[in-house]
Amino acid sequence: MERKEWPLWEVFIRSRNGLDHKHCGSVHAPDARLALQVARDVYTRRMEGVSIWVVKASDIVASDPDAKPELFDPAEDKIYRHPTFYQLPDEVNHM
Amino acid sequence: MYTQSLSIPDGDPKGPRKVENPEYEAEFNARIDAGGFIEAKDWMPEKYRKTLIRQISQHAHSEIVGMLPEGNWITRAPSLKRKAILLAKVQDEGGHGLYLYAAAETLGVSRDELTEGLLSGKAKYSSIFNYPTLTWADIGVIGWLVDGAAIMNQIPLCKCSYGPYARAMIRVCKEESFHQRQGYDLLLQMMKGTPEQREMVQDAVDRWWFPSIMMFGPHDSDSVHTETTRWGIKRISNDDLRQKFVDATVKQAEVLGVSLPDPDLKWNEARGHYDFGTIDWEEFWDVVGGHGQCNVDRLAARNKAWDDGAWVREAAMAHAEKQAARALAA
Repeated sequence: MERKEWPLWEVFIRSRNGLDHKHCGSVHAPDARLALQVARDVYTRRMEGVSIWVVKASDIVASDPDAKPELFDPAEDKIYRHPTFYQLPDEVNHM
Repeated sequence: MYTQSLSIPDGDPKGPRKVENPEYEAEFNARIDAGGFIEAKDWMPEKYRKTLIRQISQHAHSEIVGMLPEGNWITRAPSLKRKAILLAKVQDEGGHGLYLYAAAETLGVSRDELTEGLLSGKAKYSSIFNYPTLTWADIGVIGWLVDGAAIMNQIPLCKCSYGPYARAMIRVCKEESFHQRQGYDLLLQMMKGTPEQREMVQDAVDRWWFPSIMMFGPHDSDSVHTETTRWGIKRISNDDLRQKFVDATVKQAEVLGVSLPDPDLKWNEARGHYDFGTIDWEEFWDVVGGHGQCNVDRLAARNKAWDDGAWVREAAMAHAEKQAARALAA
């Protein structure tokens, strides 16, 4: 039997207006229109969404997990970027 | 879910990611010990990957095959309300299968390979679905006992160490709760009916009770799980989960007004748990081994659905390719 697997799409859902679209899973579908339809059936059976994005998985470029240290560690020792770093007098500390 | 096809820049200073590498393994173990999650593209031991593919795909197959015994009753549901509920439940099972296949695919196996495993009989699915659904009461009992046992098994998986699997399980567990409650509700209604209806419920409970508590798998003394436990895939042992299920179910049976078919079932004050009778493991292994009442039918139904759908899958793909080519030419 010849098999030609449908391409894979990543699904992002906005659960309600005012919130970001968030990745929730993936589906196989032959084209974008059907990917939306399948995503709607698989991921929003209980009013989980008001808007869906589908993106072909092969079009997503991801950072390498092994590059985590060089990408993200530099932020670790920059505590002065957070408001809590600054100790102010009690009278004005709610600033 | 972050699948194998996400492209990641090549070249890794520590050497090929595929090989077993003690440095990677130490990092992996440290993360598990710290209660952290492993994500799709992280390095993992081959055995961890293989174990997960086997477990997640078996789980996915179980959801898909699980649609068959219940689908059997959709056209014969006694009311429009019950038909709508059953349709929603069977649709959920299909959805659960899809969440889980997607999670398995993040480990580098294709959907077609997974499907092939089920259709050829190479891959297993939960043996509970090889029992027939003889009456409408079976639909209620499946929700109450079979889905109840499944929930007990699945809740610890929401915290399993593999991120995509854990996230899929959170989604599954949320929906399973509806499955169990609708089953119990259906039975409550039948128990308020005629003597024949009450007998029907008791008969279904008599047939499904032992198969349900077999769903937790062999006794701990007969099952080796050292690695899955070490890796944070399995967090509670088979016997502990089974005991938890029995303890929770006795009261539910009482409220419903049915008896559980086990003369040895009684409260043990010293243990603080219910004791229960001997499980017929010969039957369990027989059904797992392909000799249950419905094994042949289930696989035949899945193969037929796959074969009958082939032309639709091919036509949809051909149409998509034609449209894409036209858009490119325009």
